Amino acid sequence: MFDFLGRYDVLGAFWTTVQLTLLSAVGSLVWGTLLAGMRVGPVPLMRGFGTAYVNIVRNIPLTVIILFSSLGLSQTLGITLGAHDFKVQGFRLAVLGLILYTSAFVCEAIRSGINTVPVGQAEAARAIGLSFTQVLGLIVLPQAFRAAIGPLTNVLIALTKNTTVAAAIGVAEAAFLMKEMIENEAQLLVISAVIAFGFVCLTLPTGLILGWVGKKMAVKR
Amino acid sequence: MTSVLYDAQGPRAKRRNVLYTAVFLVVLAAVVWWVYKALDDKGQLAWALWKPFFSGTEAYSTYIWPGLRNTLKAAALAMVIALPLGAVLGMARLSDHVWVRVPAAVVVEFFRAIPVLVLMIFGLALFAQYTDVSSDDRPFYAVVTGLVLYNASVLAEIVRAGILALPKGQSEAAMAIGLRKNQVMRLILLPQAVTTMLPAIVSQLVVIVKDTALGGAVLTYPELLASANTMSGYYGNIIASLAVVGVIFVVINFSLTSFASWLEGRLRRGRKSTGAVLGAQAVADIAGTAADADPAGTAAGIGDIDGVRK
Repeated sequence: MFDFLGRYDVLGAFWTTVQLTLLSAVGSLVWGTLLAGMRVGPVPLMRGFGTAYVNIVRNIPLTVIILFSSLGLSQTLGITLGAHDFKVQGFRLAVLGLILYTSAFVCEAIRSGINTVPVGQAEAARAIGLSFTQVLGLIVLPQAFRAAIGPLTNVLIALTKNTTVAAAIGVAEAAFLMKEMIENEAQLLVISAVIAFGFVCLTLPTGLILGWVGKKMAVKR
Repeated sequence: MTSVLYDAQGPRAKRRNVLYTAVFLVVLAAVVWWVYKALDDKGQLAWALWKPFFSGTEAYSTYIWPGLRNTLKAAALAMVIALPLGAVLGMARLSDHVWVRVPAAVVVEFFRAIPVLVLMIFGLALFAQYTDVSSDDRPFYAVVTGLVLYNASVLAEIVRAGILALPKGQSEAAMAIGLRKNQVMRLILLPQAVTTMLPAIVSQLVVIVKDTALGGAVLTYPELLASANTMSGYYGNIIASLAVVGVIFVVINFSLTSFASWLEGRLRRGRKSTGAVLGAQAVADIAGTAADADPAGTAAGIGDIDGVRK
């Protein structure tokens, strides 16, 4: 019943899913934090840019963004992201699309973390003469990140599930493999159960562990 | 404009901000220029490629409107089916009986942990193997099935949170006047929870509308994105087509998002309600979809720009 699984690289596909998740998570954490900094900063132009970016990107389906990076960026404009191999290129384009999309949600998660920091913290920091970057970098963001672990975990779980969209441009991750297996084997329920189990194994522990970490790290007030 | 994060600006800070603005403007202009150059080099800005959208209605009547109709059809049907299903699952999770509570929890947690695309692919194969739905209708059925399974479990959590957000006195008072458990739920808690949850439910609609695009890209369901793809084959304008699709999605979802936050504000201010409102942030936290996280919460937030000095 499970024999056919030996013919497919199930673990390899899930490894691709994990790689997509981790690379996009790091990228979107950096870009999302920058966006959050822009959105709460004193420069009106940056604030406007941050707000516009978040409102546009989170209202476009991820599928449109990923298809655009494949059909538009790579096939029409010829941007290869330094990849010579078609497979590597698809992977990098998918990561690019995931970063662009997820950073909008990371930005909002961090902003909600900033909202939990009591006003007195920032006021005290300004009273001793710190500048905006110092207030944000030394006082507010360290507390905000600890409060944002919960929302960021939700973003990470959503990101893990969103990596399946990369199947739309042919990246060989779990959902792509599932489609391939269903086409070739008459074992629908077994295949679906295996793939579903894989995702449950990825998302449930992430939620449990990081939820626990978030509780430990939260600033007691 | 001031915020809690920085002082009212003096001459030096103003000069510095002008400098930052200038630097940012230069970077932004460089990026815009680079994009323009890249598009122009490949002839993507030729008027012929954009003309179908600005003159004549052919592109709209042949490709965009039918696609948009299919997108909205799948989203609306999924919402209509998922809502009652989610309500039942959500109430089941609050049941006093272990044999109701635990299975409901397992179902909800299971479907929340699985990507909606996997559910759609499963649905497509399921309808192909076990039913005689014609192959033309199968993608539509599969898209709706996937959306319903996933969103019913998310809505179940919203319903549960909505009921739990009501003040405890409501159910205590109801029990004190002798209502049965089912009456407390049906007559007292659920009607109030519905208003509490409305903003959250509208925000979830945004997620559903966005997820229909998956059906177009992977399952060949002829929704907006898929028909735009077909259209770009006809006109040879993939970038223009995707841009138009993006704009349409932003318009639809932005109006839904704005409606949700307007509703949230209105309900929060309302005098008749219990003051318990489940906002967009709550959905994002529940769904893990990060649906729409607009943290314009009630707390004195320092991330809100217009200086909250309470």
